[in-house]
Amino acid sequence: MKRWFQSKSINTPSPVGAALSYLVLGVWAFLILFPLYWLVITSFKISSQVAEGPFYIPFVDFKPSLDAWKYILVGDLSQDTIRNFSNTLIVAPTSALIALALGATAAYALVRFEYRPRVGAILTFIGCVILSIVTISMGVPWQIALAVSAAVFFILLQTIGRRFKRALGNNDIAFWMISQRMLPPVAVVIPIYILFQRLHLLDTYVALIITYVTSNLPIVIWLMRDYISTIPIELEECASIDGASRYRIFWSIVLPLAVPGLVATFLFVLVFTWNEYLLALFLSSAKVQTLPLTIVAQNATRGPQWWNMSVLILIMIIPVIVIAIILERYITRGLLIGAVKG
Amino acid sequence: MIDAMNPEPVEPQSSSLHSVISTVADRLAGSVFILPTVLALLFLSIFPLIASLYVSLAKFDIAPGGFKLTFVGLANYKKLFIGSEGTHFLGKFALSTPLTWIVFGVVVIALAIFLARYLLNARVAMSGLIGRVLLTFGLGALTWMLVHTLWNGGRLGTASVTLVYVFVGIFFQYILGLSLAMLTVQRLPGRRFFRVIFLLPMMITPVGVAYMFRMLTDTSKGPFTPIWQAMGLVDFSWVNNAWGARTAILIADVWQWTPFMFIVLVAALESQPVEPIEAATVDGANSWQIFQHITWPAILPVSMTLILIRLIEAFKIVDLPNVMTNGGPGTATQSLTMHAFINWRALDIGASAAVAYMLLFLVTFFAMIFVNLIRQRTVETL
Repeated sequence: MKRWFQSKSINTPSPVGAALSYLVLGVWAFLILFPLYWLVITSFKISSQVAEGPFYIPFVDFKPSLDAWKYILVGDLSQDTIRNFSNTLIVAPTSALIALALGATAAYALVRFEYRPRVGAILTFIGCVILSIVTISMGVPWQIALAVSAAVFFILLQTIGRRFKRALGNNDIAFWMISQRMLPPVAVVIPIYILFQRLHLLDTYVALIITYVTSNLPIVIWLMRDYISTIPIELEECASIDGASRYRIFWSIVLPLAVPGLVATFLFVLVFTWNEYLLALFLSSAKVQTLPLTIVAQNATRGPQWWNMSVLILIMIIPVIVIAIILERYITRGLLIGAVKG
Repeated sequence: MIDAMNPEPVEPQSSSLHSVISTVADRLAGSVFILPTVLALLFLSIFPLIASLYVSLAKFDIAPGGFKLTFVGLANYKKLFIGSEGTHFLGKFALSTPLTWIVFGVVVIALAIFLARYLLNARVAMSGLIGRVLLTFGLGALTWMLVHTLWNGGRLGTASVTLVYVFVGIFFQYILGLSLAMLTVQRLPGRRFFRVIFLLPMMITPVGVAYMFRMLTDTSKGPFTPIWQAMGLVDFSWVNNAWGARTAILIADVWQWTPFMFIVLVAALESQPVEPIEAATVDGANSWQIFQHITWPAILPVSMTLILIRLIEAFKIVDLPNVMTNGGPGTATQSLTMHAFINWRALDIGASAAVAYMLLFLVTFFAMIFVNLIRQRTVETL
């Protein structure tokens, strides 16, 4: 009787413990899968089958139909779907890759180099940005305002800026970069909208990609910084003695060792950009609309078109799920946030 | 700029042009690596932030050929606190009762003790003192707001609703994520299957999750209709009940973001060394003692960072309330981001920017508390 409660080794639960674990895991798996199951069967329903009350099992409760799938993929909405799907397919991976490239280099730099920016220089810079914004909004042409502020910045930097002895360290820079993630998108979207409008970049890939890259850079730096600091420095020192340049060291030693971290981070950022709604709503109107906007558009004047929505949501999640299943083993190896100290 | 790894640059072997270039390039490596990111962040984070501050201090009007900003000082903020948007933002304040005074009094005393202990014991530094005074007043004001809007006739404003979403949501996400992670790191057949399944909700677009939960929570056509009917709740619609609607949104939020907590905690649990646990088992420690003294300290730093990440993200919640309840009933489920978005749609851009700035203050306030907490508990994280 006792052996039912005894575990053979650490991490291997006793038979009773295993049974209880399976029970809890099973319940949670059901809670995860049931909404998805409902999504799948709703995508095979027609409007009357949704309106007349809950039907649970296809072929038993109701006769499944492919109407919604046809409508989305080959019917009236197919052009919109294909265009928005390819928009998402272009925007999300591109911005995730660019953010990863920029963020990983910056994270490496923050781990292995030492920076000491002067407080005075930073304060004068912020002052000059404020100066240019105020002058532009007072009606001065932006070219002149920018030129004047740049000139003022360099003059002040050479004179007053040098008097400040206090300097910031790497941790302050990292904290500043990561704290950019605290900015709620809604707080910055208005100026960004006006900026892209002025540059005639609204409703273009460039605008979306630039915005997504900057909004996700902090998260890349956060995750990659912790990962890179676990890579032993000795390898890099050896390579440096052998005469390899810093770029070479980064490219052929650090990056290959950081692959699990890179993969996990890429997956996170991809998920964020793939699913982003608020910024896309502001920055795209027709040409570069992404899929989340198509889903919301199904909430038409006739009420929500549940069956169409379900199809669109499924189309949207299938690629991410496939990628997640392929990369699953990298994720747990690649996430070391907060794991390293010192 | 000092090079951490090799403070003295390696002398070029030959003085050919190529090696000169490569030496210069090597010396610039520090700047080359970090400048693109710094520029990108300056360009699209600092500049819009300052511009947004200016918009929040101005009145926005559509003018021929664009728009016109008229500086109005703090009028937009005044409107949020004591003006027409007051009940929307802060909520409707109920009259003080003994209960509110007791709760508020307890919090104030706790904060006063915290401040007094710092003043009496530690070496008092200017920045530390300012930070703690700000913390005391901030938390005191938030408590005052919450005790007067939560009970007897008060109504939550968008600020309190956002706080409810963030803290209740994160609490359940962390507890569930940790329990599930502890279960799946056991050597059970099929655990990889569970891991993949548990990851799924995170991958779905929040808008999709919101519509999905709107289908599921429909009391007349959703899958749980028979259960609702059995409980005699046919005519009850959670959408018309403020706390019902908030609960539905919280359930969807927990459903979607528990996986994030789960996967990071799995990574943390798997990377902890086995030897201390083995030693403790030999010494006859039970599993609760092992958790309390070995596992918990080992995953504490990760947990702190993880909660900080989620805290920052959770304050931005907008898709779920926007789609599931459209902010209703009334304004009961509106988050701050949604509040700002509604003002934007009404073309009151100045007020929208002011709300966004208040949200930024709230996030920064709580993130700073948390960062300082992490810094005290662990040697160094950020």
